[in-house]
Amino acid sequence: MTEKNTTTSAAFLATLKRDLLIAFKKKNDIVNPFMFFIIVVSLFPIGISPESDRLTEIAAGVIWISVLLASMLSMDSLYRSDFEDGSLEQLLLSPHPLFFLVLAKNISHWLVSGLPVVLVSPLLAYMLALPSEAYGTLVLSLLLGTPIMSLIGSIAVALTVGLGSRGLILAVITLPMSVPILIFGTLAVQSTLNSQSPLGYLSLMLVMLSVSVSLGPLASAAALKISVN
Amino acid sequence: MLAVRDLFCDRDDRVLFENLDFDLSEGQVLQVQGSNGSGKTTLLRILCGLNDSYEGSIKWYGQEIEDQAASFFSSLLYIGHRVGLSKVLTPLENLRWSCSLKQAVSDDQIMAALKEVGLRGFEESPCYTLSAGQQQRASLARLIISPAALWVLDEPFTTLDTKGVTMLEKILQRQAQSGGSVLVTTHHSLSIAELTLLSLG
Repeated sequence: MTEKNTTTSAAFLATLKRDLLIAFKKKNDIVNPFMFFIIVVSLFPIGISPESDRLTEIAAGVIWISVLLASMLSMDSLYRSDFEDGSLEQLLLSPHPLFFLVLAKNISHWLVSGLPVVLVSPLLAYMLALPSEAYGTLVLSLLLGTPIMSLIGSIAVALTVGLGSRGLILAVITLPMSVPILIFGTLAVQSTLNSQSPLGYLSLMLVMLSVSVSLGPLASAAALKISVN
Repeated sequence: MLAVRDLFCDRDDRVLFENLDFDLSEGQVLQVQGSNGSGKTTLLRILCGLNDSYEGSIKWYGQEIEDQAASFFSSLLYIGHRVGLSKVLTPLENLRWSCSLKQAVSDDQIMAALKEVGLRGFEESPCYTLSAGQQQRASLARLIISPAALWVLDEPFTTLDTKGVTMLEKILQRQAQSGGSVLVTTHHSLSIAELTLLSLG
């Protein structure tokens, strides 16, 4: 049994390493959504108003919505090429629990698409005139929210990876499920601005994160099996 | 070791095969023959557990494969039409991952296997720079590393040159002689002593 466990963790690590390596070699998949995120956020001061009062009001919402849209863009790379080159079949035929292998892919996806967004968000918050006392809450809420988006998006991509033309299906599946994160994420930042404690919202997000980590990979794994069938 | 009974599969109301019975025992190489579209690939995918739209029973050492997926998968190696190599990674990086899904491997083992399939010097080249035949060889290097008892190979000969065909025949023969078994689809006529044929359609 212990031997089986060590090889499962080896397979987990190998999958994580492989996906990071692929991301590193196919930089476009990662850089494009990130640039999209930055561009979308930068358009708001131009399109709405450069006045800081106005911007402060919408800052949290703008950043969160842009994160959501950028994450939609980045999702496609998660299983698409694996499906096309047959690596996905190899993954499904592994004797190790698919849960961990899918989780490894999700973690790697978050590390290259979610984490950079979190790290750059204070800079964009500064541009949107968000008061500096809210930076901490914004970063923390994104840190909790972006992994959930990766995990939810993973299910949607897994369901649709076998379809030829997917068009809007991905957005139709993912966006409604992401609305709660959007609500609590922006509310957390707003409450900090109103000098209230954001802990309630953040802990709700933590709960959502734990639920998605424990159930998301299971759902993705089942969806992948259906798609390859 | 593998016993298939009364297998039935249809696709879009067209029967691909019905009442299909066959056994695969240790040391046997079974070549599945059939015209294009006769369901060879579908059969192989069903036997691997990748496709579950079938009726009938598939038993691995007396137990249905879906009841013992993990132990069945650890004794199975499948190489499909799509070779399972990421284009941007090198053969070494690809095999490091796909082999470690089954068992622990060292880089030395992988290097030796790649050398044996004639890819010496290409270990570190990204797969998109390799030809189709070379990619196929890289994928087949997994056979050399794998201790799996059952190999399921879908058209492994298509892109190989004559030398490659002889090489693969030798590898298959070695697997049969060491007590393993092979299920293979191909239109080549193979010169392997342990060969039996199964015709579809």
